[in-house]
Amino acid sequence: MIRFIIRRVLSSIPVLIGIVLLVFVLARVIPGDPCTATYGEKATPELCAQFAVRYGLDKPIHEQFFIYLGALAQGDLGSSIRFGRPVADILLERLPVTVELTVAALLFASIVGISLGLLSATRRNSPVDVGTMIVANLGVSTPVFVLGLFLAFVFAVLLRDTPLALPPSGRLSPGVNVVPLATSWGLKELTGLPRTFLDFASNMFVFNTLVTGQWAALGDALRHLILPAIAVGTIPLAIIARMTRSSLLEVLGLDYVRTARAKGLKERSVVVRHGMRNALLPVVTVVGLSLGAFLSGAILTETIFNLTGMGKTLFEAISGRDYIVIQGVTIIVAVAYLVVNLIVDVSYAFLDPRIRLG
Amino acid sequence: MTSAREPGIPDKVLIAEGAINPMAAGSLRRDTARNVLRQRSAVVGLVILAVLVLVAILAPILAPYNPDDSMLKLGEPGVRGQPPCVHLLGCPADQPQHLMGLDSNLRDEFSRVLFGAQISLRVGILTVGFAIVIGSFIGAIAGYAGGWVDNVFMRLMDVVLSFPSLILAIAIVTVLGPGLINAQLAIGIVSIPIYARVMRASVLSVRETDFVTASRALGESSGGILSRRVLPNALTPLIVQGTLGIGGAILEVAALSFVGLGAQIPTAEWGSMIALDRNLFQSAPHLIFFPGIAITLCVLSFNLIGDGLRDALDPRLNR
Repeated sequence: MIRFIIRRVLSSIPVLIGIVLLVFVLARVIPGDPCTATYGEKATPELCAQFAVRYGLDKPIHEQFFIYLGALAQGDLGSSIRFGRPVADILLERLPVTVELTVAALLFASIVGISLGLLSATRRNSPVDVGTMIVANLGVSTPVFVLGLFLAFVFAVLLRDTPLALPPSGRLSPGVNVVPLATSWGLKELTGLPRTFLDFASNMFVFNTLVTGQWAALGDALRHLILPAIAVGTIPLAIIARMTRSSLLEVLGLDYVRTARAKGLKERSVVVRHGMRNALLPVVTVVGLSLGAFLSGAILTETIFNLTGMGKTLFEAISGRDYIVIQGVTIIVAVAYLVVNLIVDVSYAFLDPRIRLG
Repeated sequence: MTSAREPGIPDKVLIAEGAINPMAAGSLRRDTARNVLRQRSAVVGLVILAVLVLVAILAPILAPYNPDDSMLKLGEPGVRGQPPCVHLLGCPADQPQHLMGLDSNLRDEFSRVLFGAQISLRVGILTVGFAIVIGSFIGAIAGYAGGWVDNVFMRLMDVVLSFPSLILAIAIVTVLGPGLINAQLAIGIVSIPIYARVMRASVLSVRETDFVTASRALGESSGGILSRRVLPNALTPLIVQGTLGIGGAILEVAALSFVGLGAQIPTAEWGSMIALDRNLFQSAPHLIFFPGIAITLCVLSFNLIGDGLRDALDPRLNR
């Protein structure tokens, strides 16, 4: 098992270097000059020369790459050209928004998707099955941004004055405040890495309010999270439901399931204890592979629901030609994707001995 | 999704009796067509696609207005984001008919949605076509050559696959500059690895077959073996993957257009139409719904057909 993990981790190192190289090259060939983009009309040759020296843009490109790689290894993503702040700081501030949204969407997609798949596999060709599969087909075919706007229209406009109304933008209602963890736990003097983690956790409002018992703020944060999470989670939900259904149908046709039935087990126990345990393996993989869909969805959804996370940051950076921020966001997202797939692979090997021994 | 197959003589028996020659392309194609048509969902997909293709071809005839003309320019009355006015549904006859209302620039939404079909169908097919051609070229070379060539190409594909596709596409369009062609190119590039992998897998399995060995013994060149022996046998999975890929490509190009990196104003592209009027969603939801439904139907049709093709061509289901 440990050998499998080591082999799998080592094999992702060349991919990691490839990611960094690709992002670096892409960011360098962007048309348009960051100096003019930053200073606009005020850009003079002297100012731009200074600018180039300050950001190392005057050095040969391969030298720039090694400097970047060296800094990256120390967790330094450079400084934003537009904001003059370290990219790592900006992302640490905004990443929690995206993480919270992605986790909420993941929970929604997995719980509802697996239940629907289970329901339609056990009632094959019933109206429930047909209905679920129609919804699943529509789900994978609807663009995230259309679904997001549709949900916003239904819950914020049509149901405006009913108890079902949900807010269409932002993370909290005006007037609602979340106390940072550093304040509520009296750790204001904390600095360095622990403080970074604390602030990161603190910025995930649902987590923060849950552990500190700020119930009113928790309710408000959750209400703001529901619509974006459904919008982001629907495509993966549809994929998970279809995968669960077909995988469970395959498993339920196997001999050992017939044996379980023959020895008189209740159908419920056959399906859940014998069937689902094996049917879930491919589902786990699909959930892991959907992470790309979650992240892409989060990026599109953040702009619709006005959430300042990674997606919004990326767009601001693109329009401002802020190379360093584009690099930072792309690398963080790609590395997160790589790590999650690594975890999925390892957990897969943990669940299925054939993989780690093969 | 699999549909229940009608009972009949299994294909395996027919092959054994010589009634079906699995190597004859014609009968394989006929079998596939029959199997696809036997599935209700695939038929639904084909019908939707046929309607969309007709709409795309006949758009200049069907559309009551030029998609780019503002009512202001035509001297007709209208309000920004005006709701649909259908005479049959009780809209006063003295008002000009707008089946899907007017957009924020006083253009006829119905005409724009019709013309959007042309763009989305073309985008989907061209993008996937590009990815299939380049991807299968890379996959064929990697699979056939093996060794370090295989390693270099496939590790490169791994790097591309290790990005969430939309994010890499955004990065590429940023480099190339916004525009519909560049958006298609970006989505095409990020989907190359899928086809390269499919092609490589097929090549690896076909490479070891006896008829390829026979061709080699007869002195056929590598290029000849690849194009005449290997490629025709590797096409099936590529076609299935490609059909499913068209839906995905349409979705992703629409997403790029939605964020302003794809089709540019005033092109009547569904994604950019939604982007343009998304701030009106409270007062003029029809400007989101109609193009939104159009994208969904278009993507749905390709997905249903792709699923149908996959089920029809899956030999495990042909028992």
